[in-house]
Amino acid sequence: MDIFRAATTGTLTAETPAYPMPRASGCPLDPPPALRELLNHAPITRVRIWDGTSPWLITRFEDQRTLLADPRISADSTNPNYPSESATLAATNQFPATVTPDGEIKPAEPIAFITMDDPEHARQRRMISGAFAIKRVQAMRPAIQKIVDDLIDTMLSGPKPVDLVQAFALPVPSLVICELLGVPYEDHHFFQVRSSLLPKRTTPAELAVQTLLELDDYLSHLIARKRTEPADDLLTALAERVATGELSQLQATNMGLMLLFGGHETTANMIALGTMALLQHPEQMARVRETEDAKLIASTVEELLRYLTIPQIGRRRVALEDIAIGGVTIRAGESVICPLDIGNRDPEIFPNPDQLDIDRNPRKHIAFGFGVHQCLGQPLARLELEIVYSTLYRRIPTLRLATDIEQIPFKNGAVVYGVDELPITW
Amino acid sequence: MKIVIETEKCVAAGQCVLSAPDVFDQYEEDGTVILLTEHPSSELTDDVEEAAALCPGRAIRLEK
Repeated sequence: MDIFRAATTGTLTAETPAYPMPRASGCPLDPPPALRELLNHAPITRVRIWDGTSPWLITRFEDQRTLLADPRISADSTNPNYPSESATLAATNQFPATVTPDGEIKPAEPIAFITMDDPEHARQRRMISGAFAIKRVQAMRPAIQKIVDDLIDTMLSGPKPVDLVQAFALPVPSLVICELLGVPYEDHHFFQVRSSLLPKRTTPAELAVQTLLELDDYLSHLIARKRTEPADDLLTALAERVATGELSQLQATNMGLMLLFGGHETTANMIALGTMALLQHPEQMARVRETEDAKLIASTVEELLRYLTIPQIGRRRVALEDIAIGGVTIRAGESVICPLDIGNRDPEIFPNPDQLDIDRNPRKHIAFGFGVHQCLGQPLARLELEIVYSTLYRRIPTLRLATDIEQIPFKNGAVVYGVDELPITW
Repeated sequence: MKIVIETEKCVAAGQCVLSAPDVFDQYEEDGTVILLTEHPSSELTDDVEEAAALCPGRAIRLEK
């Protein structure tokens, strides 16, 4: 217990736990057990991260929600105190630096509005938020259903076993976001390879910056082309903002990149990991497969979002003023991490939190984050997952893993959790 | 119950429309909230309370 007492007073000791923590072997769908310990014994505590700094780690659901919605908390990744996720992301957070005429090197503005504060964050977010309004997204249902049906047809007519990630989980969101943005899908190999490198902690910083440069170059050319060949898509909308001077070319490019990343890594992982989770709960899988009830499907989506909470490295923030919370004062300038995965397993909010229960409909979960930065694409993610979960198992009722679960490679070193491949057969 | 909206806080996440589609809608332009009725009928109370609780921008205030 001494370790926990030291932790809650903010004193740094040799026992200050390192974050992120490893998951337990044999429990790939549960958050690291050390996070559960902290939630039980030291819900606001200091941890040590890769760069030697000691952010506060907030593990209770209500504390996370309170802090993430607090206007005194900053998401600005160019703040010197920002607790970067890794050396890789620290390098890209400061990119591209600009050199003033006096030779002073100034870090660039954050890559995208997800790591900016208001009012600039709100200004940029509102330029594209109309495209993700519920009704606009719902109108995409027939097009997404067709994408899903076609990919399943192709899978069923091909050899088995097949890797669900490459054959289905990745192409679904990738096709959808390409359509929405106006990115030619034939280029998907180029940006999928590159965008999968960036969120990996194992990617060397130099390679990450190089990768980002290549992606920036690709997207900025595409946006420039939309000026002469406009279409009904989001990149054209961004190109128009550049023309009016509301966005710089770089801001437009970065926004496009954020949408491209956000649009497929996340949903793809939810499709593959969600399928794995349901395969481990065959009774619930059978109900999802057989139901005609749209509400049960919606509840399944919410529960899998809660249960899996794939953003696995925590929301990162810096306090701009002293903030009193849970008996602790977080001082101005101190950094904060909210690991959403353990917040969504808080038994005070979700009874029997480690149990998957598709009847739970846990709409309150924070898998999309909370506060002004809550995921903009969530209506699209929900729709894609509803269509996938209600179609895939019905069309392939005997779907099962083609390997032992021990053989499946999990994305333990990535910003977003998932599986690298999921061999399935039927 | 009276609903008060602070539009400048809205982040267009769409949570309110999902919880209470008869009470909230979104502008096509930027997805920010449209309040369809200030005084929803009592059978919508639960939905409206959920919408207020889930609003990530804390833009929905309920007055009893």
